[in-house]
Parts: sequence; structure tokens; C-alpha cells
Amino acid sequence: MILLWGSNARAAHPIFFHHVLRGIHNGARMYCIDPRRSESARWADVWLGIDVGSDIALANAMGKVIIDRGLHNDQFIRHATTGFDDYVQMVNDYPLGRATEITGIPGGAIEEMAIAYATAETAQICWTLGITEHHNATDNVLALINLALLTGHVGRYGSGLCPLRGQNNVQGGGDMGAIPNKLPGFQDVENDELRARVEGIWGRSIPPKRGWHLTQMFEAMEAGMLRGLYVIGENPAESEADVNHARKLLDHLDFMVVQDIFMTRTAERADVVLPSAADWCESEGTVTSSERRVQRVRKALDPPGEARTDLDIVSHMAEAMGGGWGRPSAEEAWDELRRVSPMHAGMAYRRLDALGGIQWPCWNEDHPGEKFIHHRLWADPLVGDPVPFIPTEWVTPVDRLTQDYPYRLTTGRHLDGFNTGVQSGGFDSPIRIGGTLDLSSEDAVRLGVNDGDVVRVSSRRASIDVPARVDEGLREGLVFMTLHYPETADVNQLTIEAWDPKSGTAEFKATAVRLEKVGA
Amino acid sequence: MIDITIDGEVVQVVSGSTLLDACRLIGKDQPTLCYLETLSPVNVCRVCVVELEGSRTLVPSCSRMAESGMVVQTDSERVRHSRKVVLEFLASSVDLSLAGSEVRDWLDQYEARPDRFGPRAAPTGDRDRRHAGHHHRTTGSVAETVQQSIKIDNPLYVRDYSRCILCYKCVEACGEDAQNTFAIAVAGRGFDARISTEFDVALPESACVYCGNCIGVCPTGALMFRSEHELRQAEMWEEERQTVTRTICSYCGVGCNLDLHVQDNRIEKVTSPQDHDVTSGHLCIKGRFGYEYVQELGDLATTPIDEVLARARQH
Amino acid sequence: MAAEPTPAERAVITRSIPESETVEVLGRVVHGGHDARQQRHLLLPALAAVQSEIGWVSPGALNEICRRLLVPPAEAYGVATFYALISIEERPPLVAHVCDDIACRQSGGNEILSALGDRLDVITSPCLGQCDQCPVVLMQRAGQDDFVITAATSADVAAALNGAESATTPSHVEGGRLLKRVGQVDPGSLAQYRREGGYQALARAFELGAAAVIEEVKMSGLMGRGGAAFPTGIKWEAVAREPAPRYLVCNADESEPGTFKDRVLMEGDPFSVLESMTIAGFATGSSRGYIYIRGEYPLAFHRLETAIAACQANGLLGGDILGSGFDFDIEIRKGQGAYICGEETALFNSIEGFRGEPRQKPPFPVQVGLFGRPTAINNVETLANVPLIVLEGGAAFGAIGTPDSTGTRLFCLSGDVVRPGVYEVASGVTLRNVIDLAGGIEGDLTSILLGGAAGSFIGPEHLDLRLTFEDARAAGVSLGSGVIMVFNSTRDMKDLVRRVARFFRDESCGQCVPCRVGTARVEEAVARANGSIEASLIDELDRAMKDASICGLGHTAAAVVRSAIGLGVLGESR
Repeated sequence: MILLWGSNARAAHPIFFHHVLRGIHNGARMYCIDPRRSESARWADVWLGIDVGSDIALANAMGKVIIDRGLHNDQFIRHATTGFDDYVQMVNDYPLGRATEITGIPGGAIEEMAIAYATAETAQICWTLGITEHHNATDNVLALINLALLTGHVGRYGSGLCPLRGQNNVQGGGDMGAIPNKLPGFQDVENDELRARVEGIWGRSIPPKRGWHLTQMFEAMEAGMLRGLYVIGENPAESEADVNHARKLLDHLDFMVVQDIFMTRTAERADVVLPSAADWCESEGTVTSSERRVQRVRKALDPPGEARTDLDIVSHMAEAMGGGWGRPSAEEAWDELRRVSPMHAGMAYRRLDALGGIQWPCWNEDHPGEKFIHHRLWADPLVGDPVPFIPTEWVTPVDRLTQDYPYRLTTGRHLDGFNTGVQSGGFDSPIRIGGTLDLSSEDAVRLGVNDGDVVRVSSRRASIDVPARVDEGLREGLVFMTLHYPETADVNQLTIEAWDPKSGTAEFKATAVRLEKVGA
Repeated sequence: MIDITIDGEVVQVVSGSTLLDACRLIGKDQPTLCYLETLSPVNVCRVCVVELEGSRTLVPSCSRMAESGMVVQTDSERVRHSRKVVLEFLASSVDLSLAGSEVRDWLDQYEARPDRFGPRAAPTGDRDRRHAGHHHRTTGSVAETVQQSIKIDNPLYVRDYSRCILCYKCVEACGEDAQNTFAIAVAGRGFDARISTEFDVALPESACVYCGNCIGVCPTGALMFRSEHELRQAEMWEEERQTVTRTICSYCGVGCNLDLHVQDNRIEKVTSPQDHDVTSGHLCIKGRFGYEYVQELGDLATTPIDEVLARARQH
Repeated sequence: MAAEPTPAERAVITRSIPESETVEVLGRVVHGGHDARQQRHLLLPALAAVQSEIGWVSPGALNEICRRLLVPPAEAYGVATFYALISIEERPPLVAHVCDDIACRQSGGNEILSALGDRLDVITSPCLGQCDQCPVVLMQRAGQDDFVITAATSADVAAALNGAESATTPSHVEGGRLLKRVGQVDPGSLAQYRREGGYQALARAFELGAAAVIEEVKMSGLMGRGGAAFPTGIKWEAVAREPAPRYLVCNADESEPGTFKDRVLMEGDPFSVLESMTIAGFATGSSRGYIYIRGEYPLAFHRLETAIAACQANGLLGGDILGSGFDFDIEIRKGQGAYICGEETALFNSIEGFRGEPRQKPPFPVQVGLFGRPTAINNVETLANVPLIVLEGGAAFGAIGTPDSTGTRLFCLSGDVVRPGVYEVASGVTLRNVIDLAGGIEGDLTSILLGGAAGSFIGPEHLDLRLTFEDARAAGVSLGSGVIMVFNSTRDMKDLVRRVARFFRDESCGQCVPCRVGTARVEEAVARANGSIEASLIDELDRAMKDASICGLGHTAAAVVRSAIGLGVLGESR
């Protein structure tokens, strides 16, 4: 059984969805929780059209159904978890009636899904940004984890939790330590012992305190505490929520270096631009996929002009800063990483080539990697610490719906689009429909608009004019835009920068807007 | 384990193996056209037929399951004869000039003489409108073919059904075996059967999502990336000068392997390895075509992005 | 923008098929997925309903069907274009399908076509299964029932195209067992059927029990009458051994040119078909039966439909039949003009809503049949023997005919005989005996088409052939579906052989290369035969088509041409 929650994988992760479809053809049942009846939802046995930002209420209500009917996995809970009693107490506040009120989903459907999930032999919860682009993103994820702990659908072949990564190396970036509080291999930077070990390998001291994540950096800019910025392969001048505000902050920096393959809107604002090679086809290295599979990227093309690989640029930069480490090849840099990060230790290039990638952890060169993780939870006696239930309460999205802003705007991807369109905009796609404001046929009638008519979409932060497009997958009051066309439909002028303090993700998925037909 | 005998040699195979698997195990690969490891066997091309003792007819080795005690001949007179005639049927009715070189080898090996059915009939323009159960009267003076004009109705694909042997691979890749888009199916009947969208609408009006997975499995060049087609038309397609480099797609976190086919420092085609379990050879539109932005479009580092994109689209 | 259906089309579709997905609360919950996708088997009935009511299947109608059934439009188009009776182009509401097949073409069919063949509403047709009353025309009518004109003239057809109707004349039949009631009872009266002994066999079967019924059928030596001559009892036993659910299918897609015996049974004694199926269903442990009948048999379809309703209303179909505790129901599916759907696995695909393409065997239907389940599939005539076996016992049945060909058989006499019709004889009588029953030959015999288009042309030297499986096999011929079509010296045999070659080129499903291209190459070779024929080429093609094709169509398509070459009708061999 598959719970596809806040994900339109059919468009955003098409090849992952091939695997889902293979499962469906083999008899797997899929429940799809999504405000929109998306391309993915059309394959579901049951689609539940949830209100944007009410996921925790739904998950908690499912938890209550499962417990009330005695369908929870008592043995697993006792063996591998803590905090069950608090969880029980918390979900008691989410009877079906209240859940329906919050989520908009009929109680019967919630009940059916809860029972199906709890009684399935194996079950996966797969999610994407519908869960994580909220101001309470981490709580959303925790609410789903609680369901897996409750039923024991974790740590077993075929049962688990599966966040789908949006880029080829989101996972790898974290694995490599490109997050404020971790060293490579998820080693806590504030753990003196771990830090000391890495310092030993690097021969340098490492600041003992965690850094800022992206959203905190922008706050620091606002507070004047952050004055210089080195941006590698990011385009915050288009990708940040409430983007006008973000642009202003970038413009006020003392100094900004941008290292990118394009002259992006962020690069246009930079003091220095370092042209770099495209990582996936003009340089060597590794990336890590959603399934923790480390695979090699290879150089197929010579980069244009003076562009150089990121590794080369960073190495030169280090040298210029007086801390040079020579000019390691990608493989040499990787082999150093394997010494630093125990869970990558066994991943020699030679093995990555031979095995078509390896899924971490891979402790040594005899280890095949792991198809799934958390199996320790089933070991008897339990290996490591038990996992806590972390009760999470539902709260509404920050951008409230009111009479002035009565429509809920949510965002997502098109099949042929990618993020701000910088890469995907480059090819001639026959299915590209451009940036539109998608709305239900009922709302189209109410506003008197047909496909192609321009509507003014206004949030509490900005207004933009975009063509309308009727989508039968939307219900009244719910509208949708993609982020791929900032030049014509700059949705991030509308979105709110409210963000999740635990993950730093902004609430792209829930904006309150008003719609008017232009020229009416 | 199951014991079977192939051309007098006893072979041990695991249960669930096909006769083709068994043949391959002893280094006796059989010719196949409609078979692909990543697709369900459809048993339609019939070039892989072998003689099975006790069977009235020959059997398709690609799908016939090995059973204990089977005695199989892969090179008997009957097998050679059927393969020869089947290859003659294909070569006399379809343009095989872009099929893999192994197809030409088989034509030689089985001494196929496709010309013996007479001169090839002139191309026709009505194949997509033929009604089941009715066909033009023939005088028999020419051999009917599937010759027709090439379909170019979008910027990414060309469909040249003069080269189509109706192996069903594209239909399977578009359908349940991979993409599940079902933009194309076999329509019509008999010699007039053809691959078609609904009502033969152009691809942009069909359900097609341009994943290119049909092209990825086409064995005869009937389906082709437009980039390759245009280079071939200009006689600039030079496979021997191309490099093929494996890398990972950057458009999402699934980790699809891409094989970049590069000529003159330009990506001209993207495929995916069939033996990699993430993609099984299949990609989406972004992985397949989303590379234009790294082609030589001027100095990317100094050219404003909007100009780069405009140039890429013109390309 | 996808094409929308017209209101009339929408109304037909709404009547004929349900919505597959159910919306619980608009915009909130939709139940779809696996359950919804299981409606695909309604695709052909839906296409047929639109064809029948509207006269063609437009893009809008196709889209609406696809939307409701969750079938991709390209696939539905592939299915629609597989069938000759479905038009995807707009055409007149009244269309005449004029048979120009072997029996009709030189007996008036060609005259009608030369008089009317230029009209858009007149098209040629393969055999319509009424070869005893040539020439035959099927009137396909939008919004009204189709009907068949027998012994048609061009004036009849012109009148029919102006809206006139005409009644079909029943075929001439002679026979005391299978044909006992045909022409003697009211085919619409269940009561009369029961008065004439109907449903005694079913009651007896319930007394015996399923296993014993299979034993009796095995003992009877009954072999399939559709052409393949497989022992029926063995087939049933194999199905009964497999896990439920199982299906029972009656193959009534009688499309072999020259064959019309099953039509005669269905039109004249429809309840016996249903009773036979119910016994077969009971014996094999099937809970559901399907009759797949060719679309060119409107009268038989109508009579069966009426009979099913009567049985359902009288506890003879449905739950707990005759208080036995056995549940069984029958659904009738109409073919849409595809000879290949008489092939059992093609028939399954057709019912399931796919193109009627045969499947590679093994697996055999007894294990993997309709909807992937164990399935017993029998021809109408085969099934019609079952009540007799149950009532008189397998041993008594087996005593009729020869030890290797038990029981009686129906032969379809047509062509140059005095009284064309269906004749029931005990296996073992000679070809000459049967032709004599039909009043003998008109004119000088040149050849006989035995077994149908998938059979062979034989010469007068075979007149003393005993009509048994074993004698036919020994003579290198096949009784096929019981076709005996007689040709005298006035017939243009080369023209007939060309027609047969054209038939196979038209009816090949197109799936496998040997048949798809082979049937075209055979037709070309026959067409260019001018005083002499490339016999060795045809031999080579025949061998490859026999050896490498998927199904019986490809296996036999060139054989009949070879037999004609043997008779010298295509000129000298070279």
C-alpha cells in the first residue's frame, strides 16, 4: 500500500512514479492526499482532497482511528518507541468530526484510509513539498512518522517513509555536511568528539557552533549581521518566498560572490561572478539520490568559455585565502570524504561504477550498502535508542483566508518544468503551457474568465497578472501556480516568507490571494 | 534447476527461465526484434522461433518457458526456413536501413531474398485511414510495403513508419511496461495495422508527454529524436566520432542514469542504460531533452539569462 | 481541447456504461484506481452501442467512453479500428454489407455490387453465414436493429437502403438430434422448450453431480466441433481442477466462410444453447458464462437475448438454479466484424476490451483464459451435444458414429447442390451421402471446399471420403467447421481462390509477421498467377506461416491456396 501525501510524483518524479505504477499493476493500492486531483491522484484508488495545511489534523485523526480500533502495533511500539502515551492523549483531540472540519475530508474516507494503512502487510508513506513547504514543515513530517511508528510500517522491506528529493543532490548536500549543524555523514558539529576526529583528518580546526540556514541568513541580512555572501548554484533572487523582499536584502549586502553556470538574477546582483561548469555533464563527482544511492556524475562536455568546475574554483579560492590543499581530483576529494564520513567509507569509485551506485550506509568495501534503513528497530534486543513519538498539534497556515483574500493559492511543478525554469526553460517542450493561474471551473464561472483571460492575483505582499487556466483537478476556492516562469508569472512575489524554525523552509504552499479579471 | 537439451547440449537453467535465457546461457544468442529484457514479451516478430520436440509448430524462444526434458533445435532446417521467410517478409515490406547491423547480418546468415516478391510498391498516403477488413485490390505485380511519408509534427520526435516492423515495443514502453501514458497503440488490422494516436492526431494533440521512451526501445529507427534525424538528413550524424558518457540527471532526486551521446562537444542524444534498475532505460522529458541549456549558446557566464533562454529555444 | 460528445452520443453512452470512478464529495474524495479500471471489458459493448445507435464512433463519443471507462483514447481507437463493423468515419445511417465471399460472389453478390457498389452506403463483406441462401446482405442501421436480406437482389438492397425491411427466411435443416427442435418449436417460448424435453438434462446433471457429468462427457468421446476437435471432457476436467473463479465461454463467433450451423441452432433452439452452457458451467464449476456471437447474426443475437431474459425470470439462470444451490448466469457479447475473434484467445481479448489478437499458447485457456482465469470455451454445436450425453449417457452417445468420431455432426451444404442447408448425420457417412441428402450436385462437379476457408479445396476423387476426424486426417484434409461447399464447372475457381487469399489478408489481426505479411504475399502471388502459379514460393510461405505464426489463422491461411494449386485451378505450377 502506498500513501502518496503532498506529492505529485507523476510530474515531479516521473521515473519514481514508474516504480509506483509497477507496484499498482502488481496490485498495490494507493491513497493520494493532495488538495489537487493531480496526474498522480488519477492513479489512486482513493484520492482525498485535503485543505492546504491541514495534514497534521488528518494524520492525527488517522492515528486515533487506528488506536481506537486496536489496529496499532502494540508489540513494535513497546519494543522500539517511547512517548506512546503522550501521543495517544494528543490524538484524542482529533476525532473524525473535528478532522473533517479542519481538513474538509469526510470522516468515512479518513477512517477507510487509516484502517487500510494499519492493516496493510507493507505500506509506504511517500511525500514531497506538499508536506515540507509549510511553516510547520517539521511537524508535518513528524505527524507522518508517528503513523509509521504506530503501525510498525518502518524498517522493513516494503514498509517505510520515503521523502522524495526535488534535485539530484539535495540528499547528497546534506550527506556532505552542507547543512548548518552537521559535518559530512550527519556527524553533529557540536559533538566535540566527532568534530575532533574530523579536525584530525583535515588538520584544521572547525567552528564548534552550528551556522545559519538559508532563512536565518536572510534574517541576519535584515538585522545587518550578515554583510557578505558566497552563493554557489542557488538563485535566491527568484526562488525565495516573498521574493521582492529577498531581492532588496541581497541588494543591500556589502559584497556578494555568485558561482553559477548562468548569469541568473542573483548573479546580476553580484560583485563577482565565478563562471562554473555544469556539475552533471561538465565535471566529475558524485550525487546522492532520494533512495540514498550515491552515483557518479561524469564530464561529457568541455565547459564553455572560462567556466571551471566547482571543485577547481573552491580549491583556487582556498589557495588564495591561504589555506590551500592543492588541486585534488574529484576522486581524491571523494576518497577524503570516505575517511571523514564512516557511512561512505566503502564507496570507492570503482565500486560505484561496478554496482551502478551504492545506497548508504556502506561501512566498508565488502558492504553492499542498504536497500532500506531503520531495520535496527526490529532487532531483538533493540539496537540503539528507541524512537520517540513526537506529538504534533495542527495549526493553520500563517497566511489566513479572509474576505479580502478568499482563495488558497498553492504551488507545484509541471512535468516539463524545473524550479525557476533556468534549466528547463532552455528546451522547446511541446507540452509547455507556461505560467498560468489554474482554477476550478466553478471559480472561473464566478469570475467570468475563460482559459487565457488575464487575472490579477493579489496576495498581502504583491499583485501579478497571469493568464487563467481551468483545471478540473481543482475545487472551488483552491488555485494553483507553478514556479517555473518567474519572467511571466512570478509567483514568489505572492508567497509568504513565514518559515519553519526547525528546517528553515518557507511556506510556499499556502498563500491567501484575491482574484480579479483584468480588463473586466 | 531444470535440464533441457539445446542442439544436443544439456543445459541447466533455473525454473522460470525462457528458452532464450537457456540459449544465451550457452552462448547461443537467438535473433530477436520484438523482445527486450525490460518489456513483457509480445511474441510477434517470430524471428526467435526454435524447434521444440513434440510441438506441432515452432515456438518463440523469447517467451516459451523452459520445462524439464525439453529438446530444442535452434538451427534446424525448419528453424532456418522460418527465420529466412520472416526476415524476407520484413525486409520486403519495411525499410530496415537504420535497423541494427545485426539485422543485416541475419539477412545474410539466413540467405534471405526479400526481392523475390517483386518490386516494392510505391509509397501510399492512406495507411492511417484504412478500414479493417477492406483493402485495395492487388494485381500482384508489386510487393506491398508500409512505405509512407515521415511524420514530423513536433520539435522533439520524428516518426518514420516506413521503418516500422510493428514490434509493439513503443506501445509497451508508452504503456504499462514503463510510462503508462498510452499515447499510442496499434490500430487497424492485418497488413494495415499501424502504430497510431487516437484518430491519428498529431503528437501535440495526443496524450504524449515526450519522455522519448518509445524512441529508446525502437529497434529500426522508425522513431527518432529530431536532433538525430536532422543531423542524419544533413549527413552529419557520425556515430563513430561520438562519445557516450554516463552521468546522473539533475532534474529531481530519483537518480536517473543518463548516457550522453556527444558529437563536437554537443549533446545530440540522451539515452539511459536498460540494465540499471532505477530507470530500466526509461526517462522523462526533462532528462531526455532538458540539456539544451548546456549546449554552446554563447558565453553563459556573461550573457544575460533571458538571452540565453531565447537562443536555446530558437535552436 | 478534447472533442466532446453530442447530446445523443452522451445519452447512448450513459445508458450503456456506468461511470467507473465514484465521487464521494465533489472536490474531496474520488474512489477510482483498480476497481474503476476493471470496467474495460465494457469497451467493445460501448463502442458497439454508439455504432448501433449513432451509426459511427466520433472522436467525441470515443473520448466520452474513454473518460467513463478510464481507457486511454489511443487504445480505444486501436480497438475500434480493429473491427470491420465499427466506423470511425461518419457515414450514412443505413449501410448495406454485401457478401462477396466464396459462396455469394458468383451467385448474385457480384451483381449487386456492380449495380450498387459505387454508393458510399454499400460495402463488401466477408461471409455472412447464410450461404444456403445466396446472395446475402447485412443491413447495418443506425438507431434500428440490423437485419439480413437473404437471396437478395440489387432491387431489394436499394429498397432496404431507402428504409424497407424484409424478413429473413429460415435455413433448410434436416436432422433428428441436434436439430430436433429447430423449425419445430417457437424459439421464443421457454414453456414449449420445456414441453419438448428442455431442462431435463440440467436436472439430471444436478442429480449426477459435476464430476459424474464430466465422466459421461469423457466417455461419450465428444470432440470439439469448431474445427480443432479437442476432446471436450478432457478440457472440462482440466478447468474443474483449477482454482475458482472459472469461466465458461460459448464460442458463437461463427465466421468461417461457408459455416452457418451454429446460427441455425441459436436461431432455432436458443434455449438449448443456454441449457447446454448451464450444464457445462455446472460441470466445470464456473459461475459465469459468456456467449460471444458474431455481430452479423442479429436474429440469433435477439433470440438468445430474449431466451436469457426468460431463463433469468424463471430461475433457470441466476442464483440457486432449480433449487440445486448452483449459481450461474450468462452474458452475451456481440462481435463487431472480425473473423479472428473466433480464435479462442482472441475472443477472450475481445471480451476483455482489447484488440482481438490471439495469445501465444501455452498457457492454455484451461489455466489462463478469460480475465486470466481458468476457462472452458466450447463451440455452440459442441455444447448442443451435452444435454444428449447427460440424458442418454456417455456410452450410448459414443455408440453413434465411429469409435473415434462419435455422435452426429452438422454439415453446412452450400454452393451447387440442389437443397443447400444444414444436415445432421452420424459421423462416418461419406461426403457423397451428405451431398445426396441435399439433393445432389447441380451441374458437373469440379471441386468442393471442405472445412471452410481454413480447410481445403478437394476434387471429385474424394467423394467417398468418410466424414470422420480419422478419415479426414488420413486423407490430409480437415472437416473444420463442417463446411461442404460444392462448385460445378461454371464456377471461376481462380476467382474463388483469389477471394480466399483476400479474405485472409483482410482478417489477419496483423500481430505476427508471418501472418501479417505472409497473407499479403500469398494474395499477391495468387493475383499474379496468369496461366501458371509460383507453387514452390507458396509452399515456402505456407511452411513458414504454419511453423511460425501465433495462431490457426496464420497456420492455415496458405494451405487452402496450396490445395487449389494441387487441383490445378491456378494453372501450371512453377
